[in-house]
Amino acid sequence: MKADPHGVLTGTHFLDGDHACCEGALAAGARFAAGYPITPSTEIVERFAARVPTVGGTFIQMEDELAASIALQGGVWGGAKAFTVTSGPGFSLMMEHIGYAAMTETPCVFVDVQRGGPSTGLPTLPAQADMMQARWGSHGDYEIIALCPNSPQECFDLTIKAFNFAEEFRVPVMFMMDEVVGHMTEKVVIPPADQIEVTPRKHTHKSVEEYLPYATNGDMVPEMAHAGDGYKFHITGLTHDEHGYPNMTPQTQDKLVRRLQNKIRSAADRICLFEEDRLDDADVVVVSYGITSRVAQRAIDAARDRGLRVGKLRLITAWPFPEKKIAELAAHVKAFVVPELNLGQMVHEVQRAADGKAKTFAVSHAGGGVHNPDEILNTIVEASRC
Amino acid sequence: MLNILDNTVNPVEQFLRSDRMPHIWCPGCGIGTTVNSFAHALIESKIDLESLALVSGIGCTGRVAGYVKLDSFHTTHGRAIPFATGLKLANPKLNVVVYSGDGDLSAIGGNHLIHAARRNIDLKVICVNNLIYAMTGGQTAPTTPGHATTSTNPYGTFEPSFNLPHLVEAAGAVYVARWTTFHVRQLARSISEAFQKKGFSFIEVISPCPTLYQRRNKMGDGLDTMKYYKEKSKVRHGAPTSEVGLTLNGEIVVGKFVDRDRPDYQTMMRAQYVESLGERYIEEPETECVCG
Repeated sequence: MKADPHGVLTGTHFLDGDHACCEGALAAGARFAAGYPITPSTEIVERFAARVPTVGGTFIQMEDELAASIALQGGVWGGAKAFTVTSGPGFSLMMEHIGYAAMTETPCVFVDVQRGGPSTGLPTLPAQADMMQARWGSHGDYEIIALCPNSPQECFDLTIKAFNFAEEFRVPVMFMMDEVVGHMTEKVVIPPADQIEVTPRKHTHKSVEEYLPYATNGDMVPEMAHAGDGYKFHITGLTHDEHGYPNMTPQTQDKLVRRLQNKIRSAADRICLFEEDRLDDADVVVVSYGITSRVAQRAIDAARDRGLRVGKLRLITAWPFPEKKIAELAAHVKAFVVPELNLGQMVHEVQRAADGKAKTFAVSHAGGGVHNPDEILNTIVEASRC
Repeated sequence: MLNILDNTVNPVEQFLRSDRMPHIWCPGCGIGTTVNSFAHALIESKIDLESLALVSGIGCTGRVAGYVKLDSFHTTHGRAIPFATGLKLANPKLNVVVYSGDGDLSAIGGNHLIHAARRNIDLKVICVNNLIYAMTGGQTAPTTPGHATTSTNPYGTFEPSFNLPHLVEAAGAVYVARWTTFHVRQLARSISEAFQKKGFSFIEVISPCPTLYQRRNKMGDGLDTMKYYKEKSKVRHGAPTSEVGLTLNGEIVVGKFVDRDRPDYQTMMRAQYVESLGERYIEEPETECVCG
């Protein structure tokens, strides 16, 4: 379906990534957000709080991130598209409810504007050190989708994509910004509403008698109902059967948890978005994401100027990890160089997917700033010689 | 529709998911009794069941959501109130009941309890207080009275306990009542009254856990507890909530303690937006933006 024009601020703007993310959420149809203030993400909900009463929706500032991350799910089951925004310390508190959203298949978006950690860390300075937490932070086996914008324009475009994936797969989507992308201001073009495709909720058309909340009818994503629709359904974070009723058997657990994984894994080719450049003749591939991809670009250009055959793979989707793409490249390149604002997170995934067929070089940075492009260039040079 | 002359059908059965019976509660447990009163309140108040949603947290009382034939949500430990807050804000037409236990609502969920009362969110909270963490085996709760023996205070509790009516009144609740599972009719009436209130309503129900609390404290079985509730309960409507704290073997003050009016969260929100934004304030999306 097309975007609700009331939420779309069509035009050419000069926006920072946080504000662009908010506009993306509004364009995607988000009409409910629950938040708790935390730097460097707060501007997103500040803008939402100002904008949403004029488009028909609600923002509530909750008492903590535990409350925000579950209030938004109440909002979803009440019939809204909903999201919350946070940064590392708040993201840690939200883990319980990322698990709840995964288990209950509540479509929603968690925005994490990453800053330096652990703990309170570097409130106003960037990092990309929540990447593994986004994937594995809640207990148990589950899958999520995570997207990584590298510009304010992408903060707009990919926030819409995040909501669309959330609805299509009924999964919590992690929107993994970083402090630099959140606070940098650039041109953002917001198209007319009729050029913005939004994915509607997978609402059931079945009768009350026919409807089973977790029956999948073959495509692995069940149909939803909202409270007040008359279905009198039950939702639980316990292991549940097709009725949504708790069922404590290994068989039900196996069926449910495998489906929660497989609904994402089986669609990974479609979910895995990336940008590639000069890979055809590349000996070395720089794999990067978020703000680091823009620093890496300079190193790649400098390496090409020196005659090194280096290409670029920018991860737009971090989770599910594009392991197929890495495996394909590993068959004919010498090495991967993986710069990231952490001491080594996604590099382990690259290494796993390369499966020994190409070498992997990390360019780590503990956060608090971005890489010096020379550090990445030096590693490209080293990798070219291997 | 229910035929009240047909005595072959239990009048509350229509509100239950009979396909989920038998339930998990122990013999002598009071939670089922509270559900019975809740069902009678639904009959008395003639509330529209399709607009009624029930939200529970985790624990023995948290299982209520799974047994009532309503839109029902079994959420995470302590978070029934913030989930219900989101539900109510996204769809203000819903009547939202939070049905959970004392540990869930006042310990792990204590912060949410006081803030929901402060905001005066239009939620009806039924707090079944069995004075203990029952699902996990009888550990001390914030409500456990002094000197009671629990699995984590095997030599007797010594930390002061919460007086829940006092707490929620101070935080801003507009309706506060307490009954025991002996007072089934009074409880049903209080729940009906709460449905008529707009704002944060809190009904505490003192309820036995014969398996873990009464047995460990040598207070007999479920029936003995009913006798205790009958003998020791004192109805004092309007009692100052500062005077209704519970002790191990003492008097249980019951009744309606608070019934006052102040604007609820959504009323205040609308008024503020209308004042500040005038015609620019749009209360609901003008175009369908979720389901297409």
